[in-house]
Amino acid sequence: MIGPAAIISAAVGLAWSGIATAAGVANAPPGALSCSGCHASAASVETPVPRLAGRDANAIVAAMQAFRAGQMPATVMDRIAKGFTDEEIQAIAAWYAAQKD
Amino acid sequence: MAHASRRKFLTTAGVAGALLSLPALAQGSGGRVVVIGAGFAGATCARFIKRLNPNLNVTLVETSRTFTACPFSNEVVVGLRDIKAQQFGYDRFAAASGVVIAFATATAVDPQRRTVMLDNGSQLDYDRLIVAPGIDLRWDALPGYTEASVERMPHAWKAGPQTQLLRSQLEAMDDGGTVLISAPANPFRCPPGPYERASLIAYYLKTKKPKSKIIVLDAKDAFSKQGLFQNAWKELYPNLEWVGLSNGGKVNSVDAGEMTLVTDFERYKGHVVNVIPPQKAGRIAQLAGIANNTGWCPINPDTFESTLQPHIHVVGDATIAGAMPKSAFAANAQAKVCAAAVVKLLASEKPDEPRLINTCYSFVAPDYGISVANLYRPKDGMLVDAGGGVSPLNASAAFRAQEAAFANGWFKTITEEVFG
Repeated sequence: MIGPAAIISAAVGLAWSGIATAAGVANAPPGALSCSGCHASAASVETPVPRLAGRDANAIVAAMQAFRAGQMPATVMDRIAKGFTDEEIQAIAAWYAAQKD
Repeated sequence: MAHASRRKFLTTAGVAGALLSLPALAQGSGGRVVVIGAGFAGATCARFIKRLNPNLNVTLVETSRTFTACPFSNEVVVGLRDIKAQQFGYDRFAAASGVVIAFATATAVDPQRRTVMLDNGSQLDYDRLIVAPGIDLRWDALPGYTEASVERMPHAWKAGPQTQLLRSQLEAMDDGGTVLISAPANPFRCPPGPYERASLIAYYLKTKKPKSKIIVLDAKDAFSKQGLFQNAWKELYPNLEWVGLSNGGKVNSVDAGEMTLVTDFERYKGHVVNVIPPQKAGRIAQLAGIANNTGWCPINPDTFESTLQPHIHVVGDATIAGAMPKSAFAANAQAKVCAAAVVKLLASEKPDEPRLINTCYSFVAPDYGISVANLYRPKDGMLVDAGGGVSPLNASAAFRAQEAAFANGWFKTITEEVFG
């Protein structure tokens, strides 16, 4: 069981390491780059799917955990979230939070 | 005077800089990467390699100046979408990516000397080669179905003129006609594709030619999203009949002259006949010696490096990617993993163990979308399913409509990421 404080500190730590180098994509944790198949990197794309770049890491973690637990309405994210561990979700969330336009 | 000498100094420095950097560039100071094939897999891979390490020289070899995307081409077949919405040039890609595009066809690969020969006579040297050729149709696998048959019985499994041909044949068919689809055994490009096509053709017939019917003759008993498709067919399309392997659905031969598909038990005559033939990895994969006796390319799931030839990687439909299907989403996800691995290998670093997603939408009707979504991870040298599944069997019309909307969003997003 990971408490909220641990999640925040893990997220902040990873977010910092994401900012540390210029080429954000080089630090993408496993799985993160698959997300941009649906979650557009470019703000110009018209899609009902929300962008992840620059979003609050804790909000992404909370959403993924709720999707995984079946506590949040979803079409595909409940299924995708199933396969990820807490650590993987935290790393991906922190990395997206650190991405800027 | 001072200005002149300063200008002269700058000019000289610029020239010297150029002179110094040219040989370094030519030799590829960071390394030379060649990518063959600029579809969802190859264009993504080239782009991400350059983004991950701008010092690498990345050359993308592509025959065609216009890419025609397969996803959503079934909508073109039934007149719901223009073929132009499927087409992408490479001008924006070239300007944004820093990748050099060679519009030519790769004719040979020498894995020992690490060279690629092009049909324009030039030769490209590589430190790492990525092969993303997509599929070729097997002309030896279905007796009677030859390259000469495709004008009468289109496959429409490579988007482009074939897609438009199938569309015009459907338009020209009289009401009361029979449409036949022959679906191949696994593996093949886009596992739910034949069933999405059957659904949309059934939709077209129901709305435009209600006395007509469609029959799918299948070389297998199980297929992607089967429960979802068959539920929807029962509800929406009494004009659609599916004949699986156990009921004699496997097409053994084709008579293009008679517009007939021959199974163990019957001869099916159609007014429009769509043959989706067995497939294999694209030609250059066969020539490079990276395809095995199945016709497809075995890979290391951590790096997508060929298990048959070192320094050559394979991504997209041409691969044997374990549980991952041959889809555009999968090709794009694999390409990013491969790009990261190639950049690390060229820097003598160890690639990360990857995680890959596939999300694949199909339309049963224009406002009725269904999907399969899974996470994959390497295990024992293969990519295995690490969780996911298909859309719920029982869902509201609003849920299906939302999936259709997400499908449309997906196409815009992925094509912008790959070609934009």
